Amino acid sequence: MITFQEISETNKMFAESHLDVRTITLGVSLLDCADENIERFNQKIYEKITKSAENLVKTGNEIAMQYGVPIVNKRISVTPIAIAAAGCRARRYLSVAKTLDRAAQAVGVNFIGGFSALLQKGSTESDKALVRSIPEALSNTERVCSCLNLASTRDGINMNAVAKSGRIIKEMAELSKDKGCIACAKFVVFCNAVEDNPFMAGAFHGVTERENVINVGVSGPGVVKRALEEVRGADFETLCETIKRTAFKITRVGQLVALEASKRMGIPFGSLDLSLAPTPEMNDSVAEILQEMGLEQPGAPGSTAAIAILNDNVKKGGVMASSYVGGLSGAFIPVSEDHGMIEAVKSGALSLEKLEAMTCVCSVGIDMAAIPGDTSPETISGVIADEMAIGMINGKTTAVRIIPAIGKNVGDTLEFGGLLGSAPVMPVSGVSCADFIKRGGRIPAPIHSFRN
Amino acid sequence: MKGVITVLGKDQVGIIASVCSYLSNEGINILDISQSIVQGFFNMIMVVDVTNTGKPFEQMVNELRELGETIGVQIKIQHEDIFNGMHRI
Repeated sequence: MITFQEISETNKMFAESHLDVRTITLGVSLLDCADENIERFNQKIYEKITKSAENLVKTGNEIAMQYGVPIVNKRISVTPIAIAAAGCRARRYLSVAKTLDRAAQAVGVNFIGGFSALLQKGSTESDKALVRSIPEALSNTERVCSCLNLASTRDGINMNAVAKSGRIIKEMAELSKDKGCIACAKFVVFCNAVEDNPFMAGAFHGVTERENVINVGVSGPGVVKRALEEVRGADFETLCETIKRTAFKITRVGQLVALEASKRMGIPFGSLDLSLAPTPEMNDSVAEILQEMGLEQPGAPGSTAAIAILNDNVKKGGVMASSYVGGLSGAFIPVSEDHGMIEAVKSGALSLEKLEAMTCVCSVGIDMAAIPGDTSPETISGVIADEMAIGMINGKTTAVRIIPAIGKNVGDTLEFGGLLGSAPVMPVSGVSCADFIKRGGRIPAPIHSFRN
Repeated sequence: MKGVITVLGKDQVGIIASVCSYLSNEGINILDISQSIVQGFFNMIMVVDVTNTGKPFEQMVNELRELGETIGVQIKIQHEDIFNGMHRI
């Protein structure tokens, strides 16, 4: 039988270290909603989403109650709209975004992802319509999230789309400047996007997925930090072993919740994403883990090594705990959502360049970083191109979710509130890359993509 | 099916009595119990068998929480699988 000590250990993780299931994300295929009439398409997707997700929030709450596990978010991901809506042959998809927003509201979820397109090799007419609609769509909806895949190890980097992304990020920052440029927080660009990621803003339901699927994202940086406090000053072997053991326990909670949600909803379990995702709360921070490892602040020399250790050992512990580990699975380092990262930026310890270096070895990329509002679209595209190159060459997922803070400069802060937190504006190099970005075309796939 | 009840709060007369009379009324058998008081702070963990109660688990969660609120302590019941899941392979 389970011991009292083990019971106390688990409950302390929930109560003191903010262990939680960050999200249960229901994937919904919209492929069968194709229609040549956009109004009929909207009606079909509304019906399909609301019917598939009618019990999502209720089930999530019941599981949380039965096990005493906090389940923070219930969310939906759908087939990339550029694919699902292609039959409409529309010039704009604003009405589709509004329909997704209404459907999400109707079933009580806080975000719906999939206003997306996969552009790594080029754009269809539908892809173009979607990209054209993104600034307006994200400024006029609350719950809709969008991502674009701009590059992959297999296909190279679509530099036309990289250039375009810089412009639309700037445009949607302007459009939502009265709301803290919030539209940019709902938009992410990827290299090697994964099709079963439950985390926003990058969640979408890949075309190779089943009709419906449950993906679960579990989190708990506070638990790892607490475990590391117990081995303060010990050698790296002990450090790695402690992270692994803790990641295993955290992942088991996610596995249990995922299987239970799958059983109760009668929807297959897809994968478990064991990412360490921080929130602005104390004791829920990836930066605090780096500090516990021995860095004064993130950004100090050694930060890339520290995040590499964390990321790798979270994976090693996690894969033992679940049959289907997927998604992004590693450590997230969003700036605005982690009080330790915010402080590191404010004190000058963490620069955008060091953050980029850390993304080479963490699970995703430059995330929730605010930059001066007058940064040029070409410079934003340059930051994106660098991140895409890191992903393409290293065969990993990388991403950029960056927010030009319109009317603000270094020293100012953008306030989002809630889980999105607040983002201090980070300095960006003023050296121009405009001529590089305007070349256009596609960067060919790297030599090591030819593995056949 | 087993549940784990945890009770936390300032020590006072009658905490165990209140919890146990609820359990007895619901036909819930106590399998194991551990209790400590540190600096006036009451901490109890019980492993119970809820097989014979007719109530849905969520209802017991709510009723025990409400009972805790009336006597001024925090009472939680959780399905044992969360602990087995984390600590047993």
